[in-house]
Amino acid sequence: MFTTGAESLLLQAREIRDEELGKLCTRVCALLRKEDWGPDALDALRRLFLIVSATKYSRRLEKPCVALLQTTLCSPTCPEQLQLLCAAVLREMSPSDSLSLSCDHIQNTRQLGLVASVLLAQGDQQQVRSLGQRVLKVLESRQPEGPSLRHLLPVVSKVTSLAPDALHEEQTRALSKRLGDWLRYASVQQGVAHSSGGFFSTPRARQLGPVTEVDGAVATDFFTVLSTGQRFTEDQWLNVQAFSMLRAWLLDSEPGGSGAPDADDKSELEGSTRSVLSATSTASHLLPPQEWLREKAFEYCQRLLEQSNRRALRKADSDLQKACLVEAVLVLDVLCRQDPSFLYRTLSCLKALHTRLRGDPAWVRALLPVAQFFLHHGEAAAVDAEAVYQHLFTRIPAEHFHSPMLAFEFVQFCRDSLPLFGRNLGVLRTSFPNLFKFLAWNSPPLTSDFVALLPSLVDAGTAVEMLHLLLDLPCLTAALDLQLRSLQAASERPPWDVSIRAPGCLEAFRDSQAQGLFQHLLRAQASGTVERLTPLYRLLQPLAGCARVVQCAEAVPTLLWAFFSAVTQIADGALASELALLLLERSDSLYQAPGYEAGVHRVLSSQFPALCKLHPPLVVEHAKELLEFVGGPRGGGHVLTSVVWAIGEYLSVSWDRRCTVEQINNFFEALEALLFEVTQSRPSTTLPKCPPQVITVLMTTLTKLASRSQDLIPRVSLLLSKMRSLAQSPARGSMPGEEDAGAVRTRATELLNLLKMPSVAQFVFTPSVEVSEPRYHRDTNTALPLVLRTVSRLVEREAGLLPG
Amino acid sequence: MVHVFLIHTLRATKAEEGLCRVLYSCFFGTENSPNDPQPHGAERDRLLRKEQILAVARPSLNQQPQSSDDPVRLHESPCGAFRLTAGDPFQEPRTVVWLGVLSLGFALVLNAHENLLLAEGTLRLLARLLLEHLRLLVPTANLLLRADCIEGILARFLPHGQLLFLNDQFVQGLEKEFSAAWTR
Repeated sequence: MFTTGAESLLLQAREIRDEELGKLCTRVCALLRKEDWGPDALDALRRLFLIVSATKYSRRLEKPCVALLQTTLCSPTCPEQLQLLCAAVLREMSPSDSLSLSCDHIQNTRQLGLVASVLLAQGDQQQVRSLGQRVLKVLESRQPEGPSLRHLLPVVSKVTSLAPDALHEEQTRALSKRLGDWLRYASVQQGVAHSSGGFFSTPRARQLGPVTEVDGAVATDFFTVLSTGQRFTEDQWLNVQAFSMLRAWLLDSEPGGSGAPDADDKSELEGSTRSVLSATSTASHLLPPQEWLREKAFEYCQRLLEQSNRRALRKADSDLQKACLVEAVLVLDVLCRQDPSFLYRTLSCLKALHTRLRGDPAWVRALLPVAQFFLHHGEAAAVDAEAVYQHLFTRIPAEHFHSPMLAFEFVQFCRDSLPLFGRNLGVLRTSFPNLFKFLAWNSPPLTSDFVALLPSLVDAGTAVEMLHLLLDLPCLTAALDLQLRSLQAASERPPWDVSIRAPGCLEAFRDSQAQGLFQHLLRAQASGTVERLTPLYRLLQPLAGCARVVQCAEAVPTLLWAFFSAVTQIADGALASELALLLLERSDSLYQAPGYEAGVHRVLSSQFPALCKLHPPLVVEHAKELLEFVGGPRGGGHVLTSVVWAIGEYLSVSWDRRCTVEQINNFFEALEALLFEVTQSRPSTTLPKCPPQVITVLMTTLTKLASRSQDLIPRVSLLLSKMRSLAQSPARGSMPGEEDAGAVRTRATELLNLLKMPSVAQFVFTPSVEVSEPRYHRDTNTALPLVLRTVSRLVEREAGLLPG
Repeated sequence: MVHVFLIHTLRATKAEEGLCRVLYSCFFGTENSPNDPQPHGAERDRLLRKEQILAVARPSLNQQPQSSDDPVRLHESPCGAFRLTAGDPFQEPRTVVWLGVLSLGFALVLNAHENLLLAEGTLRLLARLLLEHLRLLVPTANLLLRADCIEGILARFLPHGQLLFLNDQFVQGLEKEFSAAWTR
């Protein structure tokens, strides 16, 4: 579809030189000047448009050319095609100082619309306002049934959205009244069809009869957007346009701006007195224009709700019914916010609507605005909307996670409605497994929304379960994929379907032993239990390379960051402990999607120390598990590095009184063994070379432990000298690279120096809590850098005295 | 209310190299910055608008592509939506609805809270009309030099960015009107 020929055309247009552009302009000028509206002009204008729009940098067109484009645009004889192109070229060049276009003398509404599109692109508020005034004047001067008013209403809508103060109050009121008339009193007869007549008969106009509903029946009430016919009259067109701009108009035309607190208070007072009157609609013709429009809008929405119940004959009409239903509910929401007297009449029919919709999966997207309506107005009407939310959160995501538009709307609904949930927030929180299905299926557009949503979803009671699910998110994607496929008939699957190539996958889904695990993974609500899903990883391995799984795996690290930043705000010691252990346990128990383990390890390695900082005693409390972790087989270096660092930092009496010398000795031995293991082993294809960070952090931690249990100092000094000589020797089996070896050497030397003064070492490695006070660093007697400098000088002096 | 309508190229697979080309774009009105004390130069505003369009087109490339072997079934074409936050790239938060048909992407940039069912329906309608009237399925077709046709369709079905509730008969009526005006 986009061939290389077109690509080269685009490049040509971008690189065209000014002289060639000048020649084209001259040609265009010549053709337009003599009003030659033929195919040459069309071709030239098309090329001109392409050149002007192809590049993001402005093109200079000569003044005569621009002037001629403007004249042609306003010319009464020029065909529409050329006028559209002139408008498009002028618009592409906007904002432009050389534009002298004015809308003041144009009578033809279609042309006025075109000129408006150019003027609106200039970005000048004053021009927008004067355009609005002009258009309104034309609207007012025409007869209501006059031709082609429909070109003007969209301009009015655009003007009020760009410049809300463009229209005066009386003008707004007058237009509101007319909008109400167009909505309610459009003709219910179809338009007149003009048949040209045969050879023997005269041309005559045929009346086509009344308009019909979408299911073919004759219309039972006034005309709406869901009324069909073969031909439409002008006022029926205006009906369609009036409804299309209704919601924006209601919001923009509210005096004092939409959502102004004064307006709400005032209307509540009026609403309570008027609720008696509004029960009868005979009083409506006495209403002021704004209230008149609201009343007509209300009747229109009620009619749409009724019309949406019909079975449309055409698919396009069926889709429109859904869109109309959504719009009707949104308009009712606005009406009830502007005038609470509508609430009483609306609630009952919306409740009935909800009952009707919830049983029909085709109408699922319409449920969201209904839920939003109850969220906005449920409190005021003392309606318990909990059943609505229960259904929304427990059923919808599980059944419709695969629909990208619904997923987007659902997540937006959650985000936007967060402040309004109130006591129903619990339902949202416990439904996180269901919400994550949207995320697992289609992560790229939803990741940022979930990052914003996570702080509200995270709860101390479900944090552990949530972390497990986040770490298993790619596995969830694979499981959802299988679930979808298993629901499809075998014949519907296309030949490239993975499940046909790897039938074992689908069988696994039906395996009775794995059933329980699959059900747990695909649960709708937080269960309060945690299951080890390791058997599923193996079963779902063939799906690990799927695009969706890979996408999800890429998104998980971001979500983990968001989760941890939220959970550290609310976690107490016990939770921090639990989460830290979870990190250790899961660091080597992950679904093997490409690149997933590395990404997750990066996050986990920075979060483990953060959790320890939150609750330092956890290192001592879980010494056993940490020893196992350090001593046992492990994967990447990141997590190990941070665990070892945390041990060095927090395994001391100052953080937890229960820390014993025996514990320190045990850790020392385990870490010493680990250090020997990583430095002695030869690098092979299966065992990657040990990064120098691991070695230095091990050395530092061993030194720290030795400073706390001083019997270990000789051992660690020996160890450090060995490391230093290993780094210097040419054999350096597992320490390639001069900088790495240099870093190890330097660190070993520093540590050895410090150990020569054990009490200083203790101070440096196990600072008391007061170290974080500024006084410690300002007071020259206690400042750490001063101490270190003194120690180094003393040691060097001492080394200078010794031979060799 | 639609702010921008654009047509751009899509990559068939993520691995394929190549820039995203914006083939057509139309701004309906501009964003105002009433609080901005310094009026920007006209050129800078235009440059900003073009950059904004490019910023919209890029994320659409990451969406799931359609297999090119299937016949074009518009109601099954991949469709999606994503949110643009305030300031990136438009001043106010916007929602983008996109539709992928073979190697072309159609996108509407809307206000943050719009009727997405209507937007999706309108986008599918526009895509169908453009495919038919520009005969885009023919290999030699080219929409770069057919801007008048695109403008004509937009002027009727998305006038000034207004999403319209058009039932099937209205659409047919407008289509007939358009074909009649364009037969020359």
